[in-house]
Amino acid sequence: MTINQLSIFIENRSGTLIRVLEALKQANIQIVASTIADTAEYGIYRLICSEPLRACEALKDAGIAVAVSDVFALELDNQPGRAADAIEAFSKAGISITYLYSFLLRGKGILIFRTDDNAQAAQVITDNNMRSINEEALVSIA
Amino acid sequence: MYTYMYEAKGRFPEVDTPLPTKDGQGAGAYFNPVPETMSRAELEALQLERLQQTVRHCLTNPFYQKKFQEAGITPNDIKSLADVRRLPFTTKQDLRDTYPFGMACVPLRDCVRLHSSSGTTGNPTVILHTQRDLDEWANQVARNLWMVGLRPDDVFQNSSGYGMFTGGLGFQYGAERLGMLTVPAAAGNSLRQIKFIKDFGTTAIHAVPSYVTRLYEVMQEEGVDPRRDTKLKVLAIGAEPHSEEQRQRIEQMMGVKAYNSFGMSEMCGPGVGFECPEQNGLHFWEDYYIVEIVDPETLEPVPDGEIGELVLTTLCREAMPLLRYRTRDLTRVLGRTCPCGRNHVRLDRMRGRSDDMMVLRGVNIFPIQIEKILMQFSELASNYLITLTTDDNNDNMTVEVELAQPTDDYKQLQTLEREIRRRLKDEILLTPIVRLVNKGTLPVSEGKAVRVVDKRKVYQ
Repeated sequence: MTINQLSIFIENRSGTLIRVLEALKQANIQIVASTIADTAEYGIYRLICSEPLRACEALKDAGIAVAVSDVFALELDNQPGRAADAIEAFSKAGISITYLYSFLLRGKGILIFRTDDNAQAAQVITDNNMRSINEEALVSIA
Repeated sequence: MYTYMYEAKGRFPEVDTPLPTKDGQGAGAYFNPVPETMSRAELEALQLERLQQTVRHCLTNPFYQKKFQEAGITPNDIKSLADVRRLPFTTKQDLRDTYPFGMACVPLRDCVRLHSSSGTTGNPTVILHTQRDLDEWANQVARNLWMVGLRPDDVFQNSSGYGMFTGGLGFQYGAERLGMLTVPAAAGNSLRQIKFIKDFGTTAIHAVPSYVTRLYEVMQEEGVDPRRDTKLKVLAIGAEPHSEEQRQRIEQMMGVKAYNSFGMSEMCGPGVGFECPEQNGLHFWEDYYIVEIVDPETLEPVPDGEIGELVLTTLCREAMPLLRYRTRDLTRVLGRTCPCGRNHVRLDRMRGRSDDMMVLRGVNIFPIQIEKILMQFSELASNYLITLTTDDNNDNMTVEVELAQPTDDYKQLQTLEREIRRRLKDEILLTPIVRLVNKGTLPVSEGKAVRVVDKRKVYQ
């Protein structure tokens, strides 16, 4: 039920992000969503893309270390309160969200997040009839 | 016609090297059984005899004549081994001042080899060798490699810089002298190194420690497991000061024993000291050198067990003997006996050089102290760089270190950073800036790794 997210450690100096993006461009990888938080010295660049395993190889070939982690991608109706409903279900089940980012795609809200208990989170998604989607779906609707 | 110091005396060196058979059987545990297993009394008698020869030999050179005159001594004053302390010290500055050939004690036409330092901090230093010097040098290296179990049927890959760097030719001639198939792979081109290791059935490698970790990283990338895919059994590591932690890490990575080698071009190169299988200090070959440990300030000897500067006197060199050479390396005597049967002094691994010492806000710090802490973290790779800067008139230290594994976890990174800072502070008494960087970001050198960059402004 989870999708592959790539995480790349980015040092806080100019030229490091472009190296990553350039490697993905060369490999013709499409980035669907990405996020980077700022800290003083470094950030973790997290991204969802087409063909994550091939993207991973392309980055490794370029000498860029990359971690692959399992995250959930939920498709939500673009209406007020849907994110609250979704997160509430996890909260009730005692699941913590480690981090979350979201974006709009063809009129649908997409919620990407990582939890501290993926098995239980998957159960919550099934029990509540939430729509979780995979990378292919993300890329094709993009 | 001048007769060199050892030509007249047929007894040097103790030529009792066993002629090892190709299967390595029956040659015993010692490459030079007589000098290696001498009692202390025999060893010291031999040292005195050779010291007296060396002193007389030095006095054929005007530089030494002047030094002896200034010190008011003659060769006849050297009556006991303790009299070595009456001899003047020599320093790297002396070598620079007499550049290039001022300290040669034989005519140049009798020299067959020259090694030179890079001369980044002044005149380069030049070391000359006669054929005899090269033979003795090779013998020391062969003795070391034999000591850690290498035999003529081993395959020795020397992944060390060649050229002027003595780790190249020094190990080459020594490994050949022992009788091993020797591969002068030189440093760099890690993929080719790994191919050689596999294809040639390499059983032993010599390299600087930072290059061994680099090789291992490339092996990992290539899916090569040194335990499963190679015949490696021995590593000789040296030329860079490294901590016991770094050695253990290398041994765990490669699944083989790693032995510490000490050399310096002024003495010949590698060969001077080496660990025996006990791995409890490096045996310094006292049939070749007189070893003193002195207080670098007072130049007085320090008691065994106390740290001081290593001072070496060559006993068997023809072209450029050196009397009481101040190495700047800091170490201590661990003992003069050993379960391995060799009574040659055991010295602790080098603490770094007295001129590597950083003074930061009045605190004396050696790079090796920082390395020791960093190597305790499994989350960190082996490459690191220390940068000293002046910010707002304050000296600061930044420690950049590579992460071993990529991560998706900020909390882990922050905890790691905090923990590194805390343990470094416990060790060096001030808090450096710790900067985690991606693996492969810091420069990898193929010679000696550059560990410290000092960008501080100097206020005079």
